[in-house]
Amino acid sequence: MPEDDLYREIILEHASHPHHHGTVTSATHTTEGRNPVCGDEIALSWNEKDGKVSDIAFDGTGCSISQAAASILCDSVIGLPTSQALACARSFRAMLVEGTAPEDDMSDMAALQGVQAYPARVKCALLAWNLLAESLEAEEQSHD
Amino acid sequence: MTTSAHPLAHFDVQEIRKDFPILNDGTRTRPLSYLDSAATSQKPAVVLNAMHDYYVHANANVHRGVHELGDAATSRFEHARHRVARFLNADPRGLIFVRNTTEALNLVATGIARQGGLMASDRVVLSVLEHHSNIVPWQLERSTHGFAIAAIPLHPDGTLDMDEARKLLAPPTKLLSITYQSNVLGTVTPLKELIAMAHEAGILVAVDGAQRVPHARVDMKDLNCDFFAMSGHKVYGPMGSGILWGKPELLSSMSPFLGGGSMIDTVTFERTTWAELPQKFEAGTPDVAAAVGLAAACDYIDSLTYEAIEAHEKDLMQHLLHMLDSLPYIDVYGPNDRERIVGAVSFNVRGVHAHDVGTICDRHGVAIRVGHHCCQPLMRHLGVPATARASVAAYVTHDDIDSLGEALADVASIFGQVITQHTSPASQMEHRHA
Repeated sequence: MPEDDLYREIILEHASHPHHHGTVTSATHTTEGRNPVCGDEIALSWNEKDGKVSDIAFDGTGCSISQAAASILCDSVIGLPTSQALACARSFRAMLVEGTAPEDDMSDMAALQGVQAYPARVKCALLAWNLLAESLEAEEQSHD
Repeated sequence: MTTSAHPLAHFDVQEIRKDFPILNDGTRTRPLSYLDSAATSQKPAVVLNAMHDYYVHANANVHRGVHELGDAATSRFEHARHRVARFLNADPRGLIFVRNTTEALNLVATGIARQGGLMASDRVVLSVLEHHSNIVPWQLERSTHGFAIAAIPLHPDGTLDMDEARKLLAPPTKLLSITYQSNVLGTVTPLKELIAMAHEAGILVAVDGAQRVPHARVDMKDLNCDFFAMSGHKVYGPMGSGILWGKPELLSSMSPFLGGGSMIDTVTFERTTWAELPQKFEAGTPDVAAAVGLAAACDYIDSLTYEAIEAHEKDLMQHLLHMLDSLPYIDVYGPNDRERIVGAVSFNVRGVHAHDVGTICDRHGVAIRVGHHCCQPLMRHLGVPATARASVAAYVTHDDIDSLGEALADVASIFGQVITQHTSPASQMEHRHA
């Protein structure tokens, strides 16, 4: 049986056993958002240390796509310099919004490429990533 | 062959499906099982043709000018008003064309509050079943006029707590605004009882009838509500068609909703006086084609007869609920007595978010609604962020419901591991038949 283009095993695995689920204690950054159309909710908390995302976690409820995307986000950006985390979020957004081919280093992020074929679900996959990008962009501007 | 009085004797769903161009759209590349009529129904060709005919033969602005086409347009518009009024057994002077139920309820809230009918010492009563369109308009007026808002609570199975309703239908309540049929649960509220209780206490009653008119005859004289809101697009009519009906003496005493052309008597910069009903509430150029289309939809329903529609939909709902109840991983919301679930049913696949269910159904060509259904207070009552909802109409078949059953089996296969983790239902509303 060919693998499902949307509900790939890796996504179902992240959705049912999310990584970095919860909140980071004494977080330097917290942000939360919701999708008013479907009620997906994500709260991100992370610690920035020496210009890097030293720890990150997410909490929330929602569909498998929104929860798997948040789990994959945490896996992908933990330990990265904040500038690289932002670049990562931008590549992810480009993959889903503009249809850009996933980059080699995107690993599990690329598993969400199939969401692009489901316009109503793109916002589910982007919820956590947009929260991270907006927060990092705001911080970048405040440092300018 | 003997003649039969059975309401379905002359009802052939395959014949009815021929009336709906979208169900026979040769450009489609995928099958379609449309189980989302509670969001909007599909439109029969007679409705589309009536609108086309208006634009081809009678288009001009209404209630203005003295030319032939202006007269033709006005005549068709007013004919539509009388046709819809007859459909609802309502006084046509109180029948106002609006875009949809939402606009109708905003009209009532604004018209009463602005004229001084709702003040800081007053209370408006709603229910936990309400669609946001019967909550937010009252909140908007409350921000200006300061009255209180209370909601009739529900029993765990989603039915109204009538003891609490009785307590709330007393001073300082001035108005009850309530749904006739839940868009989420498909349950019908005991409206005549509520109206009698309210009127005994001198309380006005506004009804959100959007989900009732698609499934059963509604009679204004029999119901005796003070205001009735409905959308045409849920009853085989066009989008942008809706009505507010109100008792003429009440509408006469209310403030206008929108100001502009058509709704005035005389205008000076000092003072403006209002037109007579119903023009007082129809500011600006109306959507004449939508009104004409809605009148054609009334003709269409009467040609099928409500009796036959009800019998057909009852059969469909039995088939649908039997299918859902037979799947061990499905939670159905609403009363145990499945006969009380009319036209639409909400459910969840245990442990799976409704949006995932909706996407997989769509891949099978099955259109259902998923989400909070513009009823966030009701979702909180049910203890879920969202539900999936399947709804029926005259053109729905057993095959459509069987396709939903196949799609749900696919959900179970994709999310199998998740579902087995949720063997004990989280919802307090588990009422599975043994």
